[in-house]
Amino acid sequence: MSNPPTNNPKYKWIGTRPDRPDGADKVTGRARFAADFNLAGQLIGKVLRSPHAHARIKSIDTSKAEALAGVKAVVTSRDFPEQPDVIVPAGEMQVNLRDVTRNIMAREKVLYEGHAVAAVAATNEAIAKQALALIKVNYEVLPHVIDVAAAMKPNAPLLHEHLMTEGAKPAAARPSNIAKRIEFAKGDTAAGFAKADVVIERDYTTQAVHQGYIEPHATLASASEDGQVQIWSTTQGHFQVRGFCARLLNMETSQIRVTPSEIGGGFGGKTVVYLEPLAVRLSQKSGKPVKMTMSRDDVFRASGPAPGADVHVKIGAMKDGRIVAAECTVAMQAGAFPGSPVGPACMCSYACYDIDNVFIVGYDVVSNRPKVAAYRAPGAPISSFAVESTIDLLAQQLKMDPIDLRLKNAAAKGTKTAYGVTFGTIGMVETLEAAKNSPHYKTPVKPGFARGVAAGFWFNVGADSSAAAHVGEDGTVTVISGNPDIGGSRASLALMAAEELGIDYDKIRPVIADTASIGFNFVTGGSRVTFATGLAVVNSVRDLIRDLKGRAAKTWGVDPEGVIWENGMAKPAGSNVGTFEPLTIAQLAATAGKTGGPINGHAQLNVTGAGPGFGVHICDLAVDADTGIVTVGRYTAAQDVGTAIHPSYVEGQLQGGAVQGIGWALNEEYIYNAQGRLANPGFLDYRIPVASDLPMIETVLVEVPNPTHPYGVRGVGEVPIIPPLAAVANAVARSTGIRMYDLPLSPPKLSAALDAARPLMAAE
Amino acid sequence: MAKIHVETTINGAPTEFLCEANQTLLDVLRDQLGLTGSKEGCGSGDCGACSVTVDGRLVCSCLVLAPEAQGAKVETIEGMAQGDKLHPLQKKFVEMAALQCGICTPGFLIASRALLERNNNPTETEIRYWLAGNLCRCTGYDKIIHAVMEVAAEMRESAK
Ligand code: FES
Ligand code: FES
Repeated sequence: MSNPPTNNPKYKWIGTRPDRPDGADKVTGRARFAADFNLAGQLIGKVLRSPHAHARIKSIDTSKAEALAGVKAVVTSRDFPEQPDVIVPAGEMQVNLRDVTRNIMAREKVLYEGHAVAAVAATNEAIAKQALALIKVNYEVLPHVIDVAAAMKPNAPLLHEHLMTEGAKPAAARPSNIAKRIEFAKGDTAAGFAKADVVIERDYTTQAVHQGYIEPHATLASASEDGQVQIWSTTQGHFQVRGFCARLLNMETSQIRVTPSEIGGGFGGKTVVYLEPLAVRLSQKSGKPVKMTMSRDDVFRASGPAPGADVHVKIGAMKDGRIVAAECTVAMQAGAFPGSPVGPACMCSYACYDIDNVFIVGYDVVSNRPKVAAYRAPGAPISSFAVESTIDLLAQQLKMDPIDLRLKNAAAKGTKTAYGVTFGTIGMVETLEAAKNSPHYKTPVKPGFARGVAAGFWFNVGADSSAAAHVGEDGTVTVISGNPDIGGSRASLALMAAEELGIDYDKIRPVIADTASIGFNFVTGGSRVTFATGLAVVNSVRDLIRDLKGRAAKTWGVDPEGVIWENGMAKPAGSNVGTFEPLTIAQLAATAGKTGGPINGHAQLNVTGAGPGFGVHICDLAVDADTGIVTVGRYTAAQDVGTAIHPSYVEGQLQGGAVQGIGWALNEEYIYNAQGRLANPGFLDYRIPVASDLPMIETVLVEVPNPTHPYGVRGVGEVPIIPPLAAVANAVARSTGIRMYDLPLSPPKLSAALDAARPLMAAE
Repeated sequence: MAKIHVETTINGAPTEFLCEANQTLLDVLRDQLGLTGSKEGCGSGDCGACSVTVDGRLVCSCLVLAPEAQGAKVETIEGMAQGDKLHPLQKKFVEMAALQCGICTPGFLIASRALLERNNNPTETEIRYWLAGNLCRCTGYDKIIHAVMEVAAEMRESAK
C-alpha cells in the first residue's frame, strides 16, 4: 500500500498516526453537519431558480406566494442593497461585491440556469415549494452562450453590457465577454523556438467539473429583534460567511456570529456564500429561524463548479530534451461573472520546469454558466493537463523516458518562474527521483496496460490565522483555532501542540471556535491550515509556555530566565539547577490562582513563506478497444509534503486528490443542452469515481521540509489533483496510439476515436 | 389527508411515528426522530450517504417510503456502537483514517457491516463492488477498503 516516511527520531508526536480527536463523533453519526442543526420554530427556506440560461427579468410578482397560508417571508433582489464595484478576496479567488450580490439573487438579468431569483420561508417544505410555484417572473429570454470560444467571438451575446476587457492590448474599444487578459513573460520565446530542434504545438480543451462534495450546502440563520444574527453553516470559512453577510446586508460584522458545522467536503467550493445571506434576510423578515438546504440538483446548477478552458501549448526543445522555449494560452470559463482562476492556471503551467524563455497569456471569459468557484489548486490542473500532455509528446518524439525528460528540465532552488518568483528550497527533483525509484515505476507494465506520467505544481498559501491555548484546572490543554476541519486538521494541530508542549497528544483537545470566540482566520483553503494555522497554534503554545515558565519562576522566586521548559515540565536552569523539583503543567495549573490567574497563550499572524509543493503521478491503465472503457490498474502519487505531521491524513490527501483528478480525466463534465440547461445535474449522470472503478492509490511521501515552518510543513491538499489529468491521458495515448486532446476521455468519446482510427474493414 | 401511523423498530427500540404517504424514511429519521446520523447527499439513491438496513437488507433510506417501515426492523448508524463500545468497523475506520470529512462515513459503515455479516472473507474486488453505491469524494476509497479488509480478517481470526 503506502510508503510511510520514517518517523523523524527527533520528534515524539510529529509523524505518528494517532486517532483523530473527532473520530468517535464521525463514526457514530453524532458529528453535526450543517443540515443536522435545527432550532425550535424554524421555517424552511427555498429558492426559486431561473429556468433560462439568459433572460432579462421584466417583473417579479410575489403577492400570491405571500398570501399563501404558512408563508412567512419572501425575498427578491429588492431586499438586498446594491453593492459597489470593488474586488474582495473570496477564499483562493477574488470577487467583485457588485457581482456577488447579483449572484446570490439575480437583479436585472438571470445569467445562468439555476440563478436565484427569489426565496421564500414557510412553516414547512411543502408549503415553501407551493409558494415558489406561485411567484410569477416575467422573463424576456435572451440569446445565450455557453462555451468559451463562442463567448469570445465579436458577435456573441453579451452577458454584461458594460464589460470592457481589462489588460487588453490595445485597450478594448467595445464591451465583450472577455473580462480580462493577463500575460506572463520571461526571456525571448521567438529566439528560443528559433534554436529548438523540435517544436510541438497543440490545442486542448477541458470541461467544467464540480467539486462533488457529498454534503450539499446548508445553513440555519436566526435573526433577533435587536439586530443580532446567528448562523450555523457548512463552510470552509465562517469568517468569510460573516464578512460577506455583513457586506451584502449592510450589517456590522460584530452583529453576526457564525458557527461552522462539521463540513462534508468542500475542495474550494465552500469558500463562497449562496444561501446564508438569503436565510438571514428571510429570518429578519419573518422573525423566525430559517433553515435552507440545497438539493443535489441545486448544487450542480447553482453552486460554483471549476471551469473548463481552451488551452494552446507550444514547446520547443533541443535533441537532448532541454526545453528552450514554451508558450501557453489559456482561455478560461469564469461563469456568469468575471473571476476565473486563469491567473494561477497561467502561473502554474510551467512552474515545474526551469525554462529560459516562457510566454503565457490568459483570458478570463464570462458565459451563461454558474459562476465558477475554487476547486483544489484552482486552474492548475487545466493548464497542466495541456502542458504535461505536450511534454509527453516530446518524450515520445525524442524517445526519452518521461521522468528523465522532466528531470532534465526540473525546477530547483534558485529557478526563476515565469511569474517572477525565485524558488527557495523545493522538492521537484527529489519527487521525480522518488517516483522513478518507486516500486510502481520499477515494475514493468503489465501486458495489456500502458503507463503515463505527469507532474504538477501548486504555490500553497499562508495568510491570516489566530489561535489560542488554554490550560484547564487539571493541566490538560484546549487548543482553539478558527478553521473548519475538512480532512483531519484537528489531529495535525494537536500533534504540533503536543510536540511543542511535551505532553501527550490525548491531553490536548483541539476545538474549532465560532467567529465570536477566536480572532480572524482566513478560509480553510489553498492547503494552508496545517501550515499557517499550525504555525499560529505553535506560537500560541509557545506563548503559553512563556506564561507557564513565568509561573514556575514566581513559585520558585527566581527570574523567568532561570526556568526552562522540557518534557511538559518547568525545570530550573543555570545556577538554579538542582535547587527545585520540576513542576508539571498540572501542578502549575493547580496553583495558578496564586501565580497570576488563568494560564493562556494566544497568537495571531499573517503567515508568509508557504512552501510550494510538487507532485509526480504514475498511472497504468488498459483501454477496452470496443467500449472505450478505461481501467486504471495501478496508480502512484509521489509528492514533496514538507513534513508529514499525521502521515495517514497526508496520504489521504494524495489519494483523494488523485481520484478526483482521475474522475476529471475520465468521466466528469458539465453537459449543456441547446437551451443552455445543464443536462446532467445528478450523481447518476455526472459520474464521480466509485470504489469499483479504482485500484489502491499508492503514495510516496517525499519529505523536503519547508524551512520557514518550525516543523517543515508544506500544504499538501492541492497538488495531488493536478497531475492525474495528463497522467491518465498520457497513458491512454501510449495504450491506444491515439492522443486525446479533449477531456474527459469518456467511453463514447474514446470509442469514437478508436473507431475512427481503425483501418476500414473491407465490406463483405 | 390524515397522516399514516407507523409502528416500527429502530435500533432495537419500538418506535411509532406519523407521516405523510409520500415521505421518505430518511426524512422521518432525520427530521422527526432526530436521527441525523443518516445523511442526505443526493436524495436519489446515487450516493449511499443515507444507507440503513431494513430487516437486514441494505437500502438507501431516501428511496424507502416511511410507511414501508411498518412492522420492520430498521438499523441506523446510531445503533452501531454498543453502549460505549464502538463496532470493530467504527474503530478501524478511525484507526486507519478511512474518513476525511466524514459525511459519507455512516453510510459506508452501515454498508460494510451488511457485507461482512454476509461474507467475512470478501476479496478486495468484492468489497469494491459492494461499496460501489457509496460515494466518497475525499479519500479515494483506499483507506476505506483497507479498513474493511482488516476488520474482515479480524472477524475470521476471532471466529476460529
Ligand atoms: S441520499 Fe440516499 S442515496 Fe444519496
Ligand atoms: S470522507 Fe468526505 S466524502 Fe468520504
